[in-house]
Amino acid sequence: MALLSELANPLVFERIARPVQPWLTGIAIIALVSGLYFGLFQSPPDYQQGESVRIMYVHVPAAWMAMFCYSAMAIASAIGFIWKHPLADIAAKETAPIGAAFTFLALFTGSVWGKPMWGAWWVWDARLTSVLVLFFMYIGYMALWRTIPDKLRAARLAAILAIVGFINVPIIKFSVEWWNSLHQPASILRADGPTIDGSMLVPLFLMIIAYTFIFFAMLVQSMRNELTSRRLARLEMAAPTPAGIIETQNP
Amino acid sequence: MTRQQKRFAFVGLVIAIAGLAVALTLTALKQSVAYFYTPSELASLPKEPTTSITLGGIVENGSVSYDRNTDDDKTVTVSFNVIDPAGGRKQVHYVGVLPDLFREGQGVIARGKLVPGPTDSTLEASTILAKHDETYMPKELADALKEQGRWQEQGQYGGQDQTE
Repeated sequence: MALLSELANPLVFERIARPVQPWLTGIAIIALVSGLYFGLFQSPPDYQQGESVRIMYVHVPAAWMAMFCYSAMAIASAIGFIWKHPLADIAAKETAPIGAAFTFLALFTGSVWGKPMWGAWWVWDARLTSVLVLFFMYIGYMALWRTIPDKLRAARLAAILAIVGFINVPIIKFSVEWWNSLHQPASILRADGPTIDGSMLVPLFLMIIAYTFIFFAMLVQSMRNELTSRRLARLEMAAPTPAGIIETQNP
Repeated sequence: MTRQQKRFAFVGLVIAIAGLAVALTLTALKQSVAYFYTPSELASLPKEPTTSITLGGIVENGSVSYDRNTDDDKTVTVSFNVIDPAGGRKQVHYVGVLPDLFREGQGVIARGKLVPGPTDSTLEASTILAKHDETYMPKELADALKEQGRWQEQGQYGGQDQTE
């Protein structure tokens, strides 16, 4: 808790985040390039799906990140809500667009895979529908932040939305076990071990590492941007400024 | 209670109520949330549905046959049995293009209407989707497993074990 309250100071956050940022970006780029290379060139085609299996290397990590980002957003929202931690509110707010992008990528690549493999771009089964709901949750969360001009009030209401919406994450995860669905069940996180051959797990794990670091690199950068723009707004409010700047501030 | 503890309790309460509401809703909607009926589930219904239904299961090995339609001599009707591990079986007729992954011993989804027959009703499908399982492996490995005769005993590989 000590570190958490320490981090509430934007200057402390900036001091830690600035040197960490290039490392996050560097690891993300290396993992992404090697993951794509292994996925597209150095892994075998599947015995059933042929070359289409390569879509999995962009699809599965994106779907994981869609759920990971939402969980992170809900946890950050809870911390911000309970302990009035301003940086946690910012973390939750800045996670939403990244999570929405991953969710869109998962939906899009899934659709592209579904057409040749299943025979349909889209079906309303429990897995696909719950992920679409997740996408709308992200959009709704972002919209809520934009609708309320008072930042503290916006953070409070958006946090409640994020926490309530978290209920969807276990539904997504277990939708393929609880109900008959067209989407296949879990291949990696299952009791009897992965049902993906080792040669295909290598690019998959590289891509999971890549996506995770892309997320943290983008999150840290956008949190720093948000802190800077808030500081700028405060400075403009405090300082006796020429009329021109005050006018541009008007929403 | 401090204000912090109050907010903590509030978050806990919100999660509990939302969870309970969703759980109750989904339990009530159980069959409507499911994407398809298996043949056994269909057989256990008190009355066969007259509206369009979605049937899912495994294509029975050796059950697929193609018959040229006599009326136009161009289209082909494909017939096969959909089975499930619980022992259900339902015959399906379909005219149209099958998805690439449609194979005997593999998962399949058929949407259409049930037409009463002399012994059992058949499903006249308007849509066929292939259901892929969760197994991913290179072709060489699949061939090697088949050669060694380990294909059947590997429960997680393919839909094979479910056809027994």
